[in-house]
Amino acid sequence: MKEELFVSGRNIPNVDPFLHTWHWPIPLYLFLGGLAAGILFFAAYFTIIGKEDKVPGAIKLAPMVAPIAIVVGLAALMFDLTHMLYFWRLYTTIRLESPMSWGAWVLMVMTPISFAWAFIHLREVFPNFNWPFKWLYPIEDFLKKYKVWMAWALIPLTIVLGIYTGILLSAFNARPLWNNAILGPLFLTSGLSTGAAMNILFAKSKYERHLFGKIDLGLIIVELFFIIHMVMGYYAGPEAQKEALHLLVGGEFTVMFFVFIIGMGLVFPAILEAFELSGAKVWAAIPALLVLIGGAVLRFLMVDAGQMTRYLY
Amino acid sequence: MRYAMVIDTLKCVGCSDCVVACQTENNVPVGYCRDWVTESVGGTYPIVDIELRSERCNHCTDSPCVRCCPTGASHYEEGGIVVVTHDECIGCGACIESCPYDARYTHPDGYVDKCTFCLHRVKKGQLPACVSVCPTKCMYFGDLDDESSEVSQLLKKRNHKVLAPEAGTKPNVFYLI
Ligand code: SF4
Ligand code: SF4
Repeated sequence: MKEELFVSGRNIPNVDPFLHTWHWPIPLYLFLGGLAAGILFFAAYFTIIGKEDKVPGAIKLAPMVAPIAIVVGLAALMFDLTHMLYFWRLYTTIRLESPMSWGAWVLMVMTPISFAWAFIHLREVFPNFNWPFKWLYPIEDFLKKYKVWMAWALIPLTIVLGIYTGILLSAFNARPLWNNAILGPLFLTSGLSTGAAMNILFAKSKYERHLFGKIDLGLIIVELFFIIHMVMGYYAGPEAQKEALHLLVGGEFTVMFFVFIIGMGLVFPAILEAFELSGAKVWAAIPALLVLIGGAVLRFLMVDAGQMTRYLY
Repeated sequence: MRYAMVIDTLKCVGCSDCVVACQTENNVPVGYCRDWVTESVGGTYPIVDIELRSERCNHCTDSPCVRCCPTGASHYEEGGIVVVTHDECIGCGACIESCPYDARYTHPDGYVDKCTFCLHRVKKGQLPACVSVCPTKCMYFGDLDDESSEVSQLLKKRNHKVLAPEAGTKPNVFYLI
């Protein structure tokens, strides 16, 4: 057992007694990024397989949320930059070793596509709406022609974005709670799951609602498996990771982890969705909202708890 | 060239002169520091062991802070010294999160700051401020690639360690024990 003491005094804000450099905007950004990735992935996928008429909610309505989510997420990220006026430095270089760098570039490419996608569907969603400027009509027609191309581009981009929200954290070997390979796939699955939940909320028909209910159920089960793997990894890991796990099991984040993420965010909505699918009368919005909240809490927990974990020396 | 610092924990008395010297030399804002002294007490009573360590950025050879920096603001300078270019830094905090030693902090002006091994002094052939003021002369600075340098010789002769080698960053601050 070792006692460590700063003899010279050190009480640097956001570093001592434990790191808290990333505040609420970062988990919000990770959540919204994953959500946008999930929504656009399904929109693109169902466009490519030609199911446009069967899932209008997922292809036309829900994607209206995606550009908003991305812009709010990016605004949140910017807000947490302490040297904000220099943010353009992100775009004067590409550093493949830095997840933050390639994530910024992926978002740079995704943002206009997400706007274009919402743009070409806006008048279908709101039939009474007309563009205020005449020149917008030919642009709309032009972009519509390339819709399938956009869908093809979105498939890899959304997957990379979804994984990036996890890898951003897992790339930090200094934070034992984050430093596990499952975090990328876990956040991707969670992002897809929140996207599916959004599609349940925006579903136009019972068929569509049930389709995304099934998809979401499958994703939740995968997510639970990933979480079990993650916990097992900590258990089998070195001292620093065992200590990190302690925060989630028995430590100060226990309730958040078991009640809000696993219970209310995954198991309970899965049960409700299963009931709904088997014909019971459940208001489908409830599990969908729970999944969305659970997804957000997962990001907040991982970012906050992760910063409290460190190497022991 | 590979600059390194060697610190004798057996000679250190924990006076914190190195901390004050650094704050003065580098204009570190009040309430912040680039180096600090840790007292580490281990063992079970009555057999206890105290170690005093002057800690700072380890100028790691394989530094995660340089790897994670999205703009290239964190980079290697001559002799492997890790430095942040202030007006390239966006203050994203990725490097702070990535440092296993919590050696970085956000300067009140927004950019990220940390120990530079006093690069501006080293370039003039002087020693880092902390090394030059230590009253017990427990700190040494030099080039590890040069077999005959004081630091190389000390590491050859004495038992030493680095902090958290398991973090895999290959630190260049060594502690004689
Ligand atoms: S001690 Fe931390 S800040 Fe210094 S080089 Fe190593 S990782 Fe970077
Ligand atoms: S805070 Fe500055 S130095 Fe650190 S990773 Fe971000 S841009 Fe690089």
